[in-house]
Amino acid sequence: MRQYDIVIIGGGPAGLAAALEAKKSGGQRILILERDRELGGILNQCIHNGFGLHTFKEELTGPEYAARFIEQVEKEQIEYLLNTMVLDISPEKVVTAMNREEGLFEIQAGAVILAMGCRERSRGALNIPGYRPAGVFSAGTAQRLVNMEGFLPGREVVILGSGDIGLIMARRMTLEGAKVKVVAELLPYSGGLKRNIVQCLDDYGIPLKLSHTVVDIQGKERVTGVTLAKVDENRRPITGTEEFYSCDTLLLSCGLIPENELSREMGVVMNPVTSGPVVNESLETSIPGVFACGNVLHVHDLVDFVSQEAASAGRHAAAYVAAEKSGEAAASSITVKPQGGVRYTVPSILRPQRMEEEQILRFRVGDVYKNHYVSMYLNGERLAHRKRPVMAPGEMEELKLKREQLLGCPAGSELIVTIEEA
Amino acid sequence: MKYDVIIIGAGVTGSAVARELSRYRLKAAVLEKEEDVCSGTSKANSGIAHAGFDAESGTLMAKLNVEGNQMMEALSRELDFPFRRNGSLVLCFSEEDRPKLRTLYERGVKNGVAGLRILEKEEVKAMEPNISDEVEAALYAPTGGIVCPFGLTIALAENACTNGVEFYFDTQVTDIQRADDGWKVVAGETVYETRFVVNAAGVYADVFHNMVSARKIHITPRKGEYCLLDKTTGNFVSHTIFQLPGKYGKGVLVSPTVHGNTLVGPTATDIEEKEGTNTTQAGLSEVREKAARSVKNLPMNQVITSFAGLRAHEDGGEFIIGEPGDAPGFIDCAGIESPGLTSAPAVGKMVAGIIAGKLQPERNPDFDGTRKGILNPAALSKEERAALIKEKPAYGTIVCRCERITEGEIIDAVTRPLGAKSLDGVKRRTRAGMGRCQSGFCSPRTMEIIARERKIPMEQVTKSGGGSGIILGTNKDRL
Repeated sequence: MRQYDIVIIGGGPAGLAAALEAKKSGGQRILILERDRELGGILNQCIHNGFGLHTFKEELTGPEYAARFIEQVEKEQIEYLLNTMVLDISPEKVVTAMNREEGLFEIQAGAVILAMGCRERSRGALNIPGYRPAGVFSAGTAQRLVNMEGFLPGREVVILGSGDIGLIMARRMTLEGAKVKVVAELLPYSGGLKRNIVQCLDDYGIPLKLSHTVVDIQGKERVTGVTLAKVDENRRPITGTEEFYSCDTLLLSCGLIPENELSREMGVVMNPVTSGPVVNESLETSIPGVFACGNVLHVHDLVDFVSQEAASAGRHAAAYVAAEKSGEAAASSITVKPQGGVRYTVPSILRPQRMEEEQILRFRVGDVYKNHYVSMYLNGERLAHRKRPVMAPGEMEELKLKREQLLGCPAGSELIVTIEEA
Repeated sequence: MKYDVIIIGAGVTGSAVARELSRYRLKAAVLEKEEDVCSGTSKANSGIAHAGFDAESGTLMAKLNVEGNQMMEALSRELDFPFRRNGSLVLCFSEEDRPKLRTLYERGVKNGVAGLRILEKEEVKAMEPNISDEVEAALYAPTGGIVCPFGLTIALAENACTNGVEFYFDTQVTDIQRADDGWKVVAGETVYETRFVVNAAGVYADVFHNMVSARKIHITPRKGEYCLLDKTTGNFVSHTIFQLPGKYGKGVLVSPTVHGNTLVGPTATDIEEKEGTNTTQAGLSEVREKAARSVKNLPMNQVITSFAGLRAHEDGGEFIIGEPGDAPGFIDCAGIESPGLTSAPAVGKMVAGIIAGKLQPERNPDFDGTRKGILNPAALSKEERAALIKEKPAYGTIVCRCERITEGEIIDAVTRPLGAKSLDGVKRRTRAGMGRCQSGFCSPRTMEIIARERKIPMEQVTKSGGGSGIILGTNKDRL
């Protein structure tokens, strides 16, 4: 069986950054397994700009952002396999994979980094009634057809969901000559970044209908139209508010789901809120030596933060491989509890001895909060109290913690992260 | 064009008749208005091989159901399609309803259903831990089974095709006229002269029947809506769970599928529109509510798709099979609603028997009743799979990541007899696109493979033939 110190599942932004940082941290024998034809993942179809503002302090397109990482991976001579599907990972970290050239093969990994990304919520999962004609696409599928293959999947478009991909696609379809009639959003607020609403809808005069959803899809062969209706506070359509839009295409941008089938099958403990693995400060899952980062861990808004998070996973994986060899003992842990409007935190377990000097806690809120405080309490004692002018579910938040703040606290300690009124 | 038999409709009934007829030296053809087999009632149903206790004793429905159920196992081996005898349970929730359960049991025994037993609450709960606490008793039918409706129909049609039956798709019959020695079947510009017509037109069977017979029949499309759950729920129930049947049929069931999903449905709503396969808010809610009566904590957040099918319900509520009396040589297979899928093998045999009895044809000496399905690499050992990829590298590329379908399987689906022409055609044959992402990732790849193998441009690849094109142009083509 082939042996690698670190095997990274997925060669998108998370996998690439994890591989590079693992290498920089002294990791040897690193292998990236990518199921698609090229490295870079979903960035390859994100030809709009706005990537890299945090990482490179300049605006790049998705492919440009990916290329910066791919170049370094090549330069560092990190091994990767393309068109390679991982079928199984055992708790003993035996990775079973498959491709055309090598057939079915197994790799014994010292550490595994899960970086499989996410998928889009489909029409079926949304339970939208109506016919099932051609012309209903997830926004990402349409993005691939337009941006990578040059095909226009529709001419008159309605978009359901104001997630970032939906907003970006509203602009893209318009630029390619399609008419985007409306973007409908089930919630009373958009799930996308503010800047995308301005740059992709407002600038092109595309209306955004909040608290609206699709209640019917018409057309037996190809979509001929959809019916929108307003929804009440329980997100149920209000009778009498139906409005028909004739169109040939419905794009869906209604949320992303981490692709954790491999993680679940190997027995990793999952967080039902994020649909990603439960991880500690090292971004290590419940299986020692198995790390997770990027959208497979929790869905991000900005790739810069994916890269940052993945780098941390890479560093920790390299340290794990080195420590395992020296047999360093495990440490006691603190549980992080999200409360009062904080939906989750990543990580949710902290072992102060293993923390880096500065630890980032990422989280999302469940509603729109204006002029509220984010507070942190360690065993009842307030560690932080920071005012935020606006927090929304569509924008990930973060807090920074110093290791020294947590060192020496007793086993079984609790760190509460919560939203408080001014 | 002169034929011995023209079959209208390439659903499960038409395909079963076609395969049975291919045992004889007959010139037969199947005319189908859609682009593929299994595109109407046969594609959207519960996929159940019913045991046979529902239909009134003495009816054709009861007889063919039990016969079809008994034939299914051997047929699944001959034709290599997924079938499993998982057994079924009919739940009874109150003491008052016990006599109804008893009636069902007795009817089943009379119909010739083997192994029926009435189980008490504890026994039912031991068999199905997720069953509702309200359950009082249940009728257990060990011969009940689950079958892939696409797998069965496609297998029958493919086997008929390799044994010489011709299939014409996108061929909508517009008229049937009496001729000297049989019938003229008109499909647009083309006229098919034939001695026999088999009317296996599903919800349209009344239209064709009424063209030739004064004894009118009337079919109501009875809509059934379903939800399909992710394979993560595959073990939620192991038997097919029914509730006591009502006026509109067998009610909402909860069942595993042969592929490891959980299927919930159907509703039963009579409609007018023969193509009305749209789902509705009310229907999907009803599925959810009624299923909750049978089982506890059904994970409806795991729904990956919903769909609706149409039962071809004839006013008499019975299968109509045979010549109408005033139209010799015209053979109905009308009113084929549930248990039509189960009965199909027996219906095929019966109809072929009627025709063979009249024409006294010779046996087809080249008939081969076996067929190999699309190779499923996941069923191979690691060594076998490695060897397969070495020989045919296309089996090393996964196209559909959710169902783990390889390029090799998709190429097979497109290039085999009666091969897939569309995304839905590939999906029904291989399951590519049928998983949790519902073809979000694989559809562009599958389209490429279809375009390449069928030597057509990408723009001509459709979801399901006709005007269901997926790509409408190229970027900026109208700017």
